[in-house]
Amino acid sequence: MVEVQFRFRDDEAVNDPAVTVDAFTDQSNATAVRIEPGDDARALLPYLDQLALVEVNFPAWTDGRGYSSARVLREAGYTGEIRAVGDIVIDMLGHLKRCGFDAFAPEHPLNPTDAQNAFDRWDNVYQATADGRQPIWAKRHPAGV
Amino acid sequence: MYKYDEYDQQMVDTRVAEFRDQVRRRLSGELTEDQFRPLRLQNGLYLQLHAYMLRVAVPYGTLNSAQMKVLGDIADKYDRGYGHFTTRQNIQYNWIKLEDTPDILADLAKVEMHAIQTSGNCIRNISSDQYAGAAADELVDPRPYAELLRQWSSFHPEFLTLPRKFKIAVIASETDRAAMRLHDIGIKMVKNDAGEIGCQFYVGGGMGRTPMIGPMIKEFVPLDQLITYSEACLRVYNRYGRRDNKYKARIKILVHELGKDEYARQVEEEFAHLLSQGIEPPLAELERIKPYFDDPAFETDASDDLDLSDPDFRLWVERNCHAHKQAGYTIATVSLKPIGGIPGDASADQIRLMAQLAKDYSFDELRVTHAQNIVFPHVKKADLYTLWQKLDEAGLGTANLDSVGDIIACPGLDYCSLANARSIPVAQKISERFGSAEKQAEIGELKLKISGCINACGHHHAGHIGILGVDKKGVENYQLLLGGSEGADTSLGKITGPGFDEDGIVDAVEKATGVYLANRQEGERFLDTYRRIGMDPFKEAIYG
Amino acid sequence: MKILTGNDLKSGAVTWWTGVGWSLDVNDAADVGEDGAKIIAREEGAQNVFAAYVIDGVKTAEGVRPAHIKDRIRALGPTVRPDLTLKPSDPEAVNWVI
Repeated sequence: MVEVQFRFRDDEAVNDPAVTVDAFTDQSNATAVRIEPGDDARALLPYLDQLALVEVNFPAWTDGRGYSSARVLREAGYTGEIRAVGDIVIDMLGHLKRCGFDAFAPEHPLNPTDAQNAFDRWDNVYQATADGRQPIWAKRHPAGV
Repeated sequence: MYKYDEYDQQMVDTRVAEFRDQVRRRLSGELTEDQFRPLRLQNGLYLQLHAYMLRVAVPYGTLNSAQMKVLGDIADKYDRGYGHFTTRQNIQYNWIKLEDTPDILADLAKVEMHAIQTSGNCIRNISSDQYAGAAADELVDPRPYAELLRQWSSFHPEFLTLPRKFKIAVIASETDRAAMRLHDIGIKMVKNDAGEIGCQFYVGGGMGRTPMIGPMIKEFVPLDQLITYSEACLRVYNRYGRRDNKYKARIKILVHELGKDEYARQVEEEFAHLLSQGIEPPLAELERIKPYFDDPAFETDASDDLDLSDPDFRLWVERNCHAHKQAGYTIATVSLKPIGGIPGDASADQIRLMAQLAKDYSFDELRVTHAQNIVFPHVKKADLYTLWQKLDEAGLGTANLDSVGDIIACPGLDYCSLANARSIPVAQKISERFGSAEKQAEIGELKLKISGCINACGHHHAGHIGILGVDKKGVENYQLLLGGSEGADTSLGKITGPGFDEDGIVDAVEKATGVYLANRQEGERFLDTYRRIGMDPFKEAIYG
Repeated sequence: MKILTGNDLKSGAVTWWTGVGWSLDVNDAADVGEDGAKIIAREEGAQNVFAAYVIDGVKTAEGVRPAHIKDRIRALGPTVRPDLTLKPSDPEAVNWVI
């Protein structure tokens, strides 16, 4: 198994083997699942309480379906770990985090300094997403004024 | 026009730092070209035929003088003394060095400009009506909505690696000057029965190898749901747009394959869900943006009188000026299509001159049009003759707007690594053959558009006459299309038949205009005659 | 002949493999025979070039001429701006491109 290089959670790491979405929804009692780009994350919504880990695989970092998968889960209230695995590159780290990823297991380990810079890059953001950061428009209009 | 606050400025400054770091990693070998390519593209940096090319965003085509001046200065300092204005209202430089790029971006950031998302599989620069805020026929100024969308789409974390590029246009008048229905999303500002302003959504239009006219998928989206609805449109596309074949990856294919009703239903479902997610900026944000687009301080008693005794000036006024909403003012367009010139190119000196003239005569404002021209949106008629004289002295006084000499042409095989044939020499030859004032006056409005490959950056599908360059066994060959239009009456051109060589295509255009001149009825444009009599008489004349 | 072309990493300029290094002038291009892929791997690895590829070319009395028009335009420069080509003082240069 590829190692988790960055994790932004205080709870204990989950290392249960992840099963496919199909295997999971076929009445598996697994607590970890892996979403491939073509999978529908919404298929997991009835089972969120059962899940402790969702791995979202990026076979190629330029295929951005996993970003939507993570947001769909967070928007539905999932609070467990969402781990980005596969072809993860420095320059996508910050964006992944904004979409709700809180653990990163790149198949080729990343330069830790460059990665930290990428996580810290954006002091402000234009959009409201599942990460709860206050977007620029909210700062411009405190208390929704 | 819009002015950055500290947040906007910080965002572009941060992007400069990020790109500087990416270039550093590329030059040090930490990033391979394969890894770097998608990153540089998201910053508008291509590798073209001769060098790197940098595309700079001109959001909704609006510029101030200081920005225009910097565009000229960049052409001198980092390029070879000129820039090329594009069909998406941007500017690109053809001879850029990778190591200079971070400094260029820093120079741009100082005047609130950037190259963010001017390429790559992400939401591109938002385009709009080049006459926004000046046209007599607009419902509202579309640019505040475009600016709201600009901010939302900049670095949107979910939508930076879409199946393919994504282009949005916003308009607010019946006359569509932005080819709105040929965009991935076209938004038309409308008023509903209750008198409220809202957004009408057209999704799945586009040119390229499979041209489609975008169908309307939502008649009215209230202003306080604009971002949420856009996000729903994008999420359905990001999740379900095809990724198995790059030629079928645009949203037009998804909408076409699903059917517009099914696509609209899926968007509606996502939209209903997203409404509870708190992603919509408050209306106060739109209200904050709007005053930046308030009218400049027009003189309310400016005279509509114009001395047209100079025939060349008269011709230019007739062809290149457009009705302004304010009495005593006009919208003047500078044609970047001199006879025999390169469509859309302007020298650094010309760019700086236009910057100065905008400051002196157009309330500090300019626009870039999708037809690769420059607009002075607010010119007092009393100043118009002086303005024209100064333009004319610099080779910028050509009177040919929307006529056969006002050709849209992509850079083609002279510059572009995707092209199959050269576009510019064909444009030059046509312009030379038909560009005289007499010829143009005889033919009237005729929109001629040339693309050097099937990707259709030269909008050939939407030309009254379109020309498509193809590679026929290593030799340039040109197909002729007739009957396209990008206006409110959007239609796609049809290929006449077998292609031609470079001189042959110019002759074919002449034969096509000949058929028009022989058959036209009172008041008919080329397009009207074509629509009335159909393809056959043209075919006969061209191939008979 | 088989010739090898690519772009300079820093400037983006079109370059041609001469047998020992890279030149801006297509006339310096060497016949790489079957060695193209090997040279590309080595030279791209050393960051001396990127986006490199092998093309067909012909050696004529006037110099080396790439077989395809696209590479001939790359070799010379934009045909519509002779002043910006590799041979700005030669008005005839464009004729060997097209």
